[in-house]
Amino acid sequence: MTDDRAAIAAGLLPGDDLHRSLLCSIVDTARAIFRAQAASVFLLDAEADELVFEAVSGEGEESLVGRRFLSSTGIAGWVLVTGQSLVLDDVSADPRFASQAAESTGYVPKAIMAVPLESGDRTLGVLEVLDRPSGERFTMAESDLLGMFAAQAAIALDLLERSRSARRLLADGAGDVSPLTRLAAAVESAEGDDREAALALLRAVEQVISRLG
Amino acid sequence: MPVVLHADDSDALPAHAVAGADALTLPGARQWPAAVDREWAFGGATGSGTTVCVVDSGVDAGHPFVGAVARSVAIRIEGSETHVDEDEIGDVCGHGTACAGIIRSVAPECELVSVRVLGEGFVGSGPALIEGLRWAVEQGFDVINMSLSTTKERFVADLHALTDAAYFRRSLIVASAHNMPVRSYPWRFASVVSVASHDIDDPLAYLRNPDPPVEFYARGVEVDVAWSDGSTLRASGNSFATPHISGICALIRSKHPELTPPEVKTLLGLTATNAEAAG
Repeated sequence: MTDDRAAIAAGLLPGDDLHRSLLCSIVDTARAIFRAQAASVFLLDAEADELVFEAVSGEGEESLVGRRFLSSTGIAGWVLVTGQSLVLDDVSADPRFASQAAESTGYVPKAIMAVPLESGDRTLGVLEVLDRPSGERFTMAESDLLGMFAAQAAIALDLLERSRSARRLLADGAGDVSPLTRLAAAVESAEGDDREAALALLRAVEQVISRLG
Repeated sequence: MPVVLHADDSDALPAHAVAGADALTLPGARQWPAAVDREWAFGGATGSGTTVCVVDSGVDAGHPFVGAVARSVAIRIEGSETHVDEDEIGDVCGHGTACAGIIRSVAPECELVSVRVLGEGFVGSGPALIEGLRWAVEQGFDVINMSLSTTKERFVADLHALTDAAYFRRSLIVASAHNMPVRSYPWRFASVVSVASHDIDDPLAYLRNPDPPVEFYARGVEVDVAWSDGSTLRASGNSFATPHISGICALIRSKHPELTPPEVKTLLGLTATNAEAAG
């Protein structure tokens, strides 16, 4: 999608809140499916080249969202860069991991399933599921299932990211694009005769402009 | 000698060239027995004399599972320049150390080399992966372990050229198959040995897959592996199956240094657990 089209679409897209609710629902569902202590989604902020906690369910829910980490180190960084999933038990035995987790969240997990969030050839982030209260191990079959679930989460993240970048474009003063965006949003919200009249007018404008070209 | 991605025709023989008399005596060509088995393939081998390169997150030398690492370098990209620095940091994740430990457990006397392609951020990680692999291919290592892949189509042409260059230079690339339904590389290329996981609790059990692109399955479930700062943990994933095959390839190459990458792959297929069971 070109930047212009993205900007116009942003006038029609719902705000960040709906996307955020969707992400929260994804981590809640992932946690429920795998009967886990916690589940989280990290999103890559390509500009800062950092991983950002976007949604967390369970342990760390309050303190984690918005926290940032190096994008190519640690378990999440490895999964992000390599696109391969991992199932790890006893990660708390790794002193570096344990101290970093304790420092940032106060919660040191034992078991992690981590899968990349990829939409087409765009790498968006990482989905992690942590610990089971029973201590029961995660299996490879569950990792495959998490991978399928991650494909769905990646679509949600992709939408969120595109919407955000389009909105940023608008906020930066997208020049000639702004009137078009406002127009598109206005037509979208119009009803009945008003909508018909607006569409007829736009079709007429379209005809005039096409003759100019 | 640098890897040339686009062949210089002036150095190449024309397609109709007639082979010289020395081509009639090909070293090693007549050494295959009528039927190969594991005893012939790598019986008694330790990996001695071979070098296995781990392209990953770095390796913590001296971890009890890993032992000595002959050389560790880190890839750093600045603009259009690639720097291959001696690695002062070590493993930035734990994963490379896990792979090195698995290779060491299968081929205890092989020499290990680490190329760290992670740690400089995600954004430059694609070029770092390409340049790390390029460096490894230029060094002519016997086996190159790549427990990683990329989904980015823009790197496919370079990766393809590099894996072909490795194939012709007798470096065997062993690469993890993606365990999600996405297109990723380099494991899909025929010039590499691609590996996914089975859950048999035997480091020397490997299966040939009659339905590629994944060609082999190796132990990748609940493997006790080395990790950062001297720790160990239990890990599952194709990325842990791959170094098992790398280790077995090191054994084969230490016993049969004359074999080319396609011959090693054929030997792996002929000695696979499911092939041997079938008789």
